[in-house]
Amino acid sequence: MINYDNVLSEKIKTLKPSGIRKFFDIAQTIDGVISLGVGEPDFPTPWAIRSVAISTLEKGKTVYTSNSGLLQLREEIAEYIKRKNNLEYNPHNEIIVTVGGSEAIDISLRTLINPGDEVLIVEPCFVCYAPIVTLCGGIPVSINTKVEDNFKLTPQILKEKITDKSKVLVLPFPSNPTGAIMTREDLLEIVDIIKENNIFVLSDEIYSELTYGRKHCSIAEINEMQERTIIVNGFSKAFAMTGWRLGYLAAPEPIVTQILKIHQYAIMCSPTVSQYAAIEALKNCENEVEKMVNEYDKRRRLLVDSFNNMGLECFNPEGAFYVFPSIKSTGLSSEEFCERLLFEQKVAVVPGNAFGESGEGFIRVSYAYSLKHLIEALKRIEKFINSLKKD
Amino acid sequence: MEELLSLLKQNARLSNEQLAVMLGDTPESIAKKIEEYEKKGIIKGYSVILNDEVVSKDTVTAFIELKVTPKRDYGFDDLARTVMMYDEVESVALISGDYDLAVTVSGESLKNIALFVAERLSTIDGVLSTATHFVLKRYKEKGIFIEKEVVDERSFISP
Repeated sequence: MINYDNVLSEKIKTLKPSGIRKFFDIAQTIDGVISLGVGEPDFPTPWAIRSVAISTLEKGKTVYTSNSGLLQLREEIAEYIKRKNNLEYNPHNEIIVTVGGSEAIDISLRTLINPGDEVLIVEPCFVCYAPIVTLCGGIPVSINTKVEDNFKLTPQILKEKITDKSKVLVLPFPSNPTGAIMTREDLLEIVDIIKENNIFVLSDEIYSELTYGRKHCSIAEINEMQERTIIVNGFSKAFAMTGWRLGYLAAPEPIVTQILKIHQYAIMCSPTVSQYAAIEALKNCENEVEKMVNEYDKRRRLLVDSFNNMGLECFNPEGAFYVFPSIKSTGLSSEEFCERLLFEQKVAVVPGNAFGESGEGFIRVSYAYSLKHLIEALKRIEKFINSLKKD
Repeated sequence: MEELLSLLKQNARLSNEQLAVMLGDTPESIAKKIEEYEKKGIIKGYSVILNDEVVSKDTVTAFIELKVTPKRDYGFDDLARTVMMYDEVESVALISGDYDLAVTVSGESLKNIALFVAERLSTIDGVLSTATHFVLKRYKEKGIFIEKEVVDERSFISP
């Protein structure tokens, strides 16, 4: 019989599966669970976008596009970035349409990292950065943000982790899981350090449309940072298009030319129907996004207030669709809290430490759910908290 | 529509505290605004959307089209007001198109409704003709799915 152990790559074998997965498996075995655990919008994709996809299929536009994506879509993306961030990107050689933001992150890191390079990762964060860095032979270096700093990247904690091997900074704001944002002022405080140390930035801005109260600012907008930044964005969160698997990256031409090679060999091109649909999204659906943001905002306020009232201190997130309350007052670890909440009140939330060590003591609660659903879940969580107090 | 009204329309049972939090206001101010809306007749009342198939299985509802001829000193409004005085009538609206008044009527049986239309509605002075359509099944009411909840197909937990 074949010994699979000999077949598998050593690197892959040592790679840890996502901490979220484990929890998902438990949740699935329990009946009547209501979840606040998802990382995708509850809204369906706006009808205008779906209808373009349908007619694209009817017309039989089902062949490959150019490797970097339909030119018309890249032009719309360039136009969109110009409108939002006042930045110029050449649609011919500075933009690639990718399979979700995920692919953009993957091929960008693969293009930048040499074995031994250190990659600074601002945590708590989305789960994919460190494993990809490891696969590239790079060394992931966690920068742990703190609730007292509103989970922002401060100059102090950045400086502490910089060495002469530091090459790339992964800057994922607005943040999944904390909902933290970096304002223009916050970014201004760190750009000099980044430049002095000749660090390149991977700015994951997938939640850029989902901010509450102020507009998102990209680090590429600030003092010549465009030349040392890859912007990653996509359609999943803003346009409620997670299942369409469509994202993009924008970067200086010498970088994009190299990234495109991996994309060519690994992917060929992003799904054609999704690309046509995305043109419609960028051209005509801005008010749909606004409506969704408006809904999220009301839910966000309700959740922050409810958790604070329950005694779970909750910092006020200004972006994404998550709140990240502290559960330290309960004396439980994140995983204990989530497991007991799941078994005792059948509510699924994600332990904060699934997003990095600095997430310990917190839980991630998504508000990509209807008000009715959220209110029911909050009731159950409150019951759980009250039962803990009696213990 | 004003944000407060649109939230209440979705769910009129949200507490003033919840509404206040979501709208960045105070419960006192929300209470005052709602009172204003009630006074001005902008909020006409609060009602519950029931699944009639479960709650009152024997209730029959019909949409009735009325063609009418308005007369001097007795226009559409007066005709509509006469129609709406009956308890059996749930709603009356003047509409454009093939007929004039759209009337919803509920009763205990098809026969009751048919008789009500024949004896009460069609005999009103100015009513030219009626057409009765019985409701067989409801799918959506006031923006809410009656038949069954939409299933959330997203997985419990995703990154």
